[in-house]
Amino acid sequence: MTASEVASLLSLKSICVPAPEREVLGGYTGDLLSWVMGRAKPDDAWITIMSNQNIAAVAMLTDVSMVILAENVAPDAGVAELCEAKSINLFSSELPAYELCVKLEKLI
Amino acid sequence: MDPLKIHFEVDGEDFSSAGEASVEMKKKLRQLGIPADVIRRCSIAMYEGEINMVIHAHGGTADVEVYPDRIVIILEDHGPGIPDIDLAMQEGYSTANDRIHNMGFGAGMGLPNMKRYTEDMTVESTVGVGTKVTMTVKL
Ligand SMILES: Nc1ncnc2c1ncn2[C@@H]1O[C@H](COP(=O)(O)OP(=O)(O)O)[C@@H](O)[C@H]1O
Ligand SMILES: [Mg+2]
Repeated sequence: MTASEVASLLSLKSICVPAPEREVLGGYTGDLLSWVMGRAKPDDAWITIMSNQNIAAVAMLTDVSMVILAENVAPDAGVAELCEAKSINLFSSELPAYELCVKLEKLI
Repeated sequence: MDPLKIHFEVDGEDFSSAGEASVEMKKKLRQLGIPADVIRRCSIAMYEGEINMVIHAHGGTADVEVYPDRIVIILEDHGPGIPDIDLAMQEGYSTANDRIHNMGFGAGMGLPNMKRYTEDMTVESTVGVGTKVTMTVKL
């Protein structure tokens, strides 16, 4: 399933979507960046409440196909632009991370 | 054959742009047509090392050498050094403060990740002089 299909089925809000056709094969949730880099797999959807600039680099380096900010967390200033430049799909949702994981698991 | 060499200066002041060298290296390796899995391991390992230089050592330099059979990443700083390298290598060990934790760093998993994602890693460090980390990923 593509990132944009996941987004529409989970009713995510689009923040920036430079690569809507990226394939989503799994998911990972966590906020500690070294854990994400050690455990997330390529083409995962990364669900987090971490909203700072570093999420753009971490998402790019780990090859995740989308980042979903849970709990209505807003990205810090400049993060959307960084994600756009690094071709990272960034979304948000009012749902908690747990519920996003459960819903995502049913889709993929 | 001489390796292709890429040099980066890593700014120790700017936490928010930390990681730019690793992002640049990833783009360069993609242009060279290196396999995606190798690029991913190199760039995560280099990012962890780059972040360490920013948060623990006031910045440093990163040198990437691309050989036909391997990629070598050398990170060097003139920071405080690591008193006990075996302890620093343990999962979860960190001297990071709250400010660093709030940014999502300081989980004590950086050096372990660097070891995990590379075939070879050596850490040389002298307290008060600096730290040099050399990592090799096979192609
Ligand atoms: N370049 C460095 N200069 C000085 N100390 C370092 C350096 N890299 C790592 N360290 C020390 O090793 C510890 C463990 O590093 P790491 O596994 O990356 O965890 P973290 O960076 O999350 O603390 C750090 O907390 C720090 O004390
Ligand atoms: Mg670290």
